Amino acid sequence: MLYKERKLTIIKKVVHVETGDDTVIEINNLNVDYFGNPVLESIDLNIPLGYSVGIIGPNGAGKSTFIKALLEVVKKRSGSVKIEGADISGWKRRIAYVPQKNDIDLTFPITVRNTVLTGTYPGLKLFRRPGKKEMETAERCMAMVDISDLANRQISNLSGGQLQRVFIARALAQQAELFFLDEPFVGIDLVSETIIVKLLKQLREEGKTVLVVHHDLHEVEDYFDKIIILNKKLIAFGDVKDTFTTENIRSAYGASLGNVIIKGAGDGHD
Amino acid sequence: MINALSGWLDIPVYALNAGLSAVILGIVSGVLGSFIVLRKMSLMGDALSHAVLPGVALSYILGINILLGASLFGLLAAILIQFITSRSNIKSDTSIGIILSSFFALGIVLITFARSGLDLTHILFGNILAVPQSELTQSFIIMLVVIAIITLLYKELLISSFDPVVAKAYGLRTGFYHYLLMTLLSVVTVSSLSQVGIVLVIAMLVIPAATSYLWTKTLFHMIVLASAAGAVSGIAGVILSFRYNLPTSATIVLTGMALFVISFILSPKNNFLGKGLKTK
Repeated sequence: MLYKERKLTIIKKVVHVETGDDTVIEINNLNVDYFGNPVLESIDLNIPLGYSVGIIGPNGAGKSTFIKALLEVVKKRSGSVKIEGADISGWKRRIAYVPQKNDIDLTFPITVRNTVLTGTYPGLKLFRRPGKKEMETAERCMAMVDISDLANRQISNLSGGQLQRVFIARALAQQAELFFLDEPFVGIDLVSETIIVKLLKQLREEGKTVLVVHHDLHEVEDYFDKIIILNKKLIAFGDVKDTFTTENIRSAYGASLGNVIIKGAGDGHD
Repeated sequence: MINALSGWLDIPVYALNAGLSAVILGIVSGVLGSFIVLRKMSLMGDALSHAVLPGVALSYILGINILLGASLFGLLAAILIQFITSRSNIKSDTSIGIILSSFFALGIVLITFARSGLDLTHILFGNILAVPQSELTQSFIIMLVVIAIITLLYKELLISSFDPVVAKAYGLRTGFYHYLLMTLLSVVTVSSLSQVGIVLVIAMLVIPAATSYLWTKTLFHMIVLASAAGAVSGIAGVILSFRYNLPTSATIVLTGMALFVISFILSPKNNFLGKGLKTK
């Protein structure tokens, strides 16, 4: 039964790649408040699966909150989030979430290896401990982001880039279908960025969905298939080449700032 | 068995009971305390250990099991603290202060009201010279239960302590593990009544765990070393207090503190000496 369902999902996905509909994250009338102040207002959005999607917008636009609300880490005032028609709660174990680095307690006594190993926890039943198979998964994922030599280090003794690779490796270890990343490129070195970008592209080629909160407007066209432009409300959503325009950026960032930021990046498309 | 052991070791039964119960308390509070410290809940732990007082009093008055009364009030306090914080802009340290003191006050009123054989000073500061056999057994069982629960749910407790946001994101019910730890904390407070009493139990939860934290880089090692530090300060405290006629609970705590100070200075992870030289 389960196997059959799985097979069906795979078939569905192939169909979607050809026709571009059906399998989506369906967001209806999403509203989020923070102590009575609206952070996100009436967002309606269908994000098709199987693409890499960037979320951009000015500081305080609610980009991180958007991801957290999808995952029910922060409370919604109203709205529903469904994936392939089913409530997202059934999907959570198949969604790997990489929060911002400063959301994580780096002083916790845990090594790089054990941090990556926690990525296998969502796939393990209650009372079950990670075994040989999970250990191997962790080793493989560490190798993929080139941190195997740091395996026994405590996570407080890492550079920003190394740390981000650890959390990417943890997300990989979850063997998820969807990847939600919150500002993965902030404060990291070029080597780490190159490794992570390559991996995200690889995931997308394997048919995974990659949703990334992106802190600036550089490389947007190179990194993503589609973008969501947010500023409390949904400003625009669509393919990068149609959506990443001066006009849209201006309405999200404000007229003067929009001009400065967009210069050189999106000029060819408006 | 205790009697035989006492005869063989040539020490009085009450002293043996005192030593054993101090070791048991040291181990169990090291295990639980590691999570309390890592979850930044030291203040919360202090509040809960005080908040069980009305539960202890009511259990005596109504003749029900003291563990039941204490965990009920401990859990109630945890829920109320959470409730105040979530339903107002009052910060959690303030709501902890409110609940801690009012529950404690209620306990004092109830104990005075009961006017039974309940001795307030013994509950507050412990009375390790009078640990009955039944209580020793009870502490031992509590220790086994706490270790069993933490072993079984180790993965869930680790991830909900280390990265609660990610834990929640993949669907773990982090609230459940919070209240589970709060319940265990209330139960352990009861088991510590005779040794250190309500007022100083937080020291047993926090000091050995903090000491161990300075030396270790994995959670498992931290738990093991914290238990060892707890047991060592427990037994050393009992011996010192017997020999020099000092109040046992305070001596246990100060022994633990001595271990902490040594660790603070010598631990390579803390690098106190290195830092000290650099600033000069």
